Amino acid sequence: MSVIIFADQAHGKIKKVSFEAVQYGAKVAQQLGVTATALVLGAADNAELEALGNYGATKVLHVADARLNEVETTVFTKIIAAAVEQEAAQVVIFPHNFDGKAVAPRVAARLKAGFVSGAISLPDTTNGFVVKKSVFSGKAFANVNITSARKVIGIMPNTFAPEPTDAKASVAAFSPAISDADFKVKVSSVETVSGEVPLTEAEIVVSGGRGLKGPENWGLVEDLAHSLGAATACSRPVADTGWRPHHEHVGQTGLTVRPNLYIAIGISGAIQHLAGVNGSKVIVVINKDPEAPFFKAADYGIVGDAFEVVPKLTAAIKQRK
Amino acid sequence: MKILVCISKTPDTTAKIAFTDNNTKFNEAGVQFIINPYDEWYALVRALELKETLGATVHLITVGGADTEPVIRKALALGGDEAYRINTDSQDSFYIASQIAEHARKQGYDLIFTGKETIDYNGAAIGGMVAELLDLPYVSIAAKFDLNGTEATIRREIEGGEEVVKVTLPVVVSCQKGMAEQRIPGMRGIMAARTKPLAVVEPVAADTLTTVSSFELPPAKAGVKMISADNVEELVKLLHDEAKVI
Repeated sequence: MSVIIFADQAHGKIKKVSFEAVQYGAKVAQQLGVTATALVLGAADNAELEALGNYGATKVLHVADARLNEVETTVFTKIIAAAVEQEAAQVVIFPHNFDGKAVAPRVAARLKAGFVSGAISLPDTTNGFVVKKSVFSGKAFANVNITSARKVIGIMPNTFAPEPTDAKASVAAFSPAISDADFKVKVSSVETVSGEVPLTEAEIVVSGGRGLKGPENWGLVEDLAHSLGAATACSRPVADTGWRPHHEHVGQTGLTVRPNLYIAIGISGAIQHLAGVNGSKVIVVINKDPEAPFFKAADYGIVGDAFEVVPKLTAAIKQRK
Repeated sequence: MKILVCISKTPDTTAKIAFTDNNTKFNEAGVQFIINPYDEWYALVRALELKETLGATVHLITVGGADTEPVIRKALALGGDEAYRINTDSQDSFYIASQIAEHARKQGYDLIFTGKETIDYNGAAIGGMVAELLDLPYVSIAAKFDLNGTEATIRREIEGGEEVVKVTLPVVVSCQKGMAEQRIPGMRGIMAARTKPLAVVEPVAADTLTTVSSFELPPAKAGVKMISADNVEELVKLLHDEAKVI
């Protein structure tokens, strides 16, 4: 018996959110008195696979098939279901990222497993199997009891901080039968923004809004982000007017981020924007309008002109380092 | 071509979130309900654009009680042809997906669109579950959808980028921003919607695999600490020493 964790990878590197998922799965396994098995699909180095032991996996099942480098939900579901049978797993854990959102509901339906997505707590097993999840776009939480024998949980990124140890996992090849005909959805091109921290995994996010006036001033945001090793993001008007690409847009209709530190520059803080950032641990707001609603949701605020405050802040951070 | 668009009723994005009955029920008092924005602006409007450019019949389905009817009428006013309401208040995603799959099995659709998630439960589950129950391919969180004969070209978001995929219909697609632009129903559409068919269908037997035992609100913020614009060093110090985030 075991808990299976879908450890999502990209270009052979296990994603940070997968470490969070593996550690979460290892804790669930401990609660249930079983072991944690991570499942990696697609090409990946053995060292990457063994390192999942650092987060509590005792075993890693690896399907070393290059056709699985990108997600195809039908195929992934078939493989994960086969692993669940082989390991007699009761619980399957996914990261609640793009890949997890694509695959987890399918797997849940296949296994007839109750599904909780966006989990922010370990299960409480004192009275059932209750997992807390974020609802109403971060404005509330629901405690959801999974009543089926099998359970699928998608964990919210940046919620469970990884605490690695030196333990190594044993790696076993896993080769369920898959044929080319199973690949119904074919990837024809992939565009990634290379060399940057993926926004949803970033620990610090610096975000800019309309207050920056135009794309020529974006360097302010980038310089501050660079000084902090942060990812950059933007509000909806900035994405809508094309200053920045949509995949940097955080808010109700964009991405949800939960960094340790979110710095908002020239963003008024409409309720739709807050819905995408209200899970951040610490929020700093820099706005020249003292009445900006964002200050009510902030931990620290500066009323001032971004064009003066931000360069000074960047310099002060560089100096501290 | 036959398209099914899954419609959910959600509180308005600016609604005050509160709970009643010992924190087990959402407090609907004074709350305005809307079509879940992802279902409306992206899934439904893209389906209507396909109907206008390529010719299609657009069916709508919602799983909910009689109180969902104003929302489904609005979706008809926007241009949906017929609507189906599965008469149940269930909140479990597997139960709801089972109802939609049962309806789709009987009707046979070329294309099933859902929003990427609802803005109340944030489950992001229905599309994938329906696809699995119908054994159809699934493309999640699509930002662009084009059709050439029976081959769809879909742009979907991935971590830190996008990918373009191709798939032959039938397919289930969950939709997000980029698919289409918001539309406002016209007076003609609103009038026409009154007489469009809205069938109320009793649910089929299906398992309920989860129940919400309670809701809670996040703890109130301690309040913002204001720092002078002339003293950014103080902010750096607080972020380092007090908040411990840098």
